[in-house]
Amino acid sequence: MRKVAIVGIGLTKVGRHFDKGLRELFYEAAVRAIEDAGCPEIEAIIVGNMCSSSLCDQDSLGALLADYCGLCGRAAFKVEAACGSGGVALLTGYMAVASGLYDYVLVGGVEKLTEATTREVTYALAKAADADYELFYGTSFTALNALIMRYYMRKYNVTREDMALWPVKMHENAMKCPHAQFHKRITVDDVLKSPLIADPIRVLDCAPISDGAAAVVLCPLEEARRVSDAVVEVAGIACSTDYMYLAQRPDIASFTATVKAAERAYRMAKVEPRDVDVAEVHDAFSVLGFIDIEDLGFSRRGEAVKLLKEGVFDPGGKPSVNPSGGLKARGHPVGATGVYQVAEVALQLMEKAGSMQVPSPEIGLVQSIGGVGTTVTVAILRRVK
Amino acid sequence: MASVPRYWRNIPSYYRLVGSKCRGCGRTWFPPRRCCPICYSRDLELIELPTEGVLEEFTIIRTPPSGFDYYTPYVVGIVKLRDGTRVLTQVVDCDVTELKPGTEVVATFRRVREDGDFGIVMYALKFRPKR
Ligand SMILES: [Zn+2]
Repeated sequence: MRKVAIVGIGLTKVGRHFDKGLRELFYEAAVRAIEDAGCPEIEAIIVGNMCSSSLCDQDSLGALLADYCGLCGRAAFKVEAACGSGGVALLTGYMAVASGLYDYVLVGGVEKLTEATTREVTYALAKAADADYELFYGTSFTALNALIMRYYMRKYNVTREDMALWPVKMHENAMKCPHAQFHKRITVDDVLKSPLIADPIRVLDCAPISDGAAAVVLCPLEEARRVSDAVVEVAGIACSTDYMYLAQRPDIASFTATVKAAERAYRMAKVEPRDVDVAEVHDAFSVLGFIDIEDLGFSRRGEAVKLLKEGVFDPGGKPSVNPSGGLKARGHPVGATGVYQVAEVALQLMEKAGSMQVPSPEIGLVQSIGGVGTTVTVAILRRVK
Repeated sequence: MASVPRYWRNIPSYYRLVGSKCRGCGRTWFPPRRCCPICYSRDLELIELPTEGVLEEFTIIRTPPSGFDYYTPYVVGIVKLRDGTRVLTQVVDCDVTELKPGTEVVATFRRVREDGDFGIVMYALKFRPKR
């Protein structure tokens, strides 16, 4: 297998883009990434997306985007793992380059959610769960995470106020992230007074509904060394799945798929959790931030809240967790989110993250979750000197 | 998208809590499976699961997916049945301020939703506190 590097990065602002559809939004990110990579000959396009079919009536997304980006003729297709689509897009692109099948692959993600009603988006996102046996009973995606939040709080004796620290910190981090959806500080009190969605989850515990597109260019590491001096290697990557039906899992205060994917990715990169300098984790709901930190080995079980309070994961901490503001405050254009995370961590390792730069990181981690921990991709990125 | 055959083929599970029992290791599962993820046996039989159990965790849905506005707010929870199988279900006929983990519940046959003005009306077992 060949080693794989990231050589180009393109992002759009996360938020509402009423003036742009899937193609216009994707074009913006794709062209930036391709130009950033020095305009190589792109041979394949892999697109992470969840809802193009259910909310935008659009299948054949790969062909549409390739055509619109002036790349008609190339291999192009969408990969889907619900909110974890971006992570599996990276994995797919990695496989294509590592195998030797393609040299330059554009891995992108795009999502348009803001033009549908909240009910429609809630229904579309709930398709990440078991349609016949969870969604059938009216279970929203937020509701499944609410069950997890209650269970976690009871198991580790964590208060509702403690849980609210997560969104407060994420909004603080996002103040320095130029492409974040929110540039607005919030308080614990704001979180606790925001409307309930599914008890105990309130509006400000949830990642927002977002539009956005992100893209990175992958190529063989040896090739990347020739064309660039800021090279980031995808040193480890793995994907794991869990039982689809949440109630079948013995312990819902942890995502087994994260634990398994992380173990494998760490092993592949020959690093350990304590080696990670910067991480972007999948905090679609407050409770997931804490679970992610524990599942990835940055904290012992039940102690993530304590460490977060101590500032261990603040920008410049070890590791810095979500200097972008995470899904909560950077925003969550679901199928594109994983690609945003990859781009953000790569920018950190290249020391090109501008105002959100953390001090000289060498090892980065990306965690992308689809469903309620149903499909998890973990990637380890490394700065190559 | 709701369809008559899709609803119809799941009726045993919706109406009578039909799940699977693994003949290899004895574990039970809802919804039904063809392969046991623990012992990897493919020798599983369909069985009717017990209709009584204990509420383990629950939430009150206030922003529902489309199609459920009529019932909002409603309670969704995880119930551990008498034989240890866990199911995700709605909990109805209850005072939500009195619901707590450990509340004993029993299955009750209810309407789940209507598929628009002209589609089918779907039913299933939900649970209510035992009196
Ligand atoms: Zn078995």
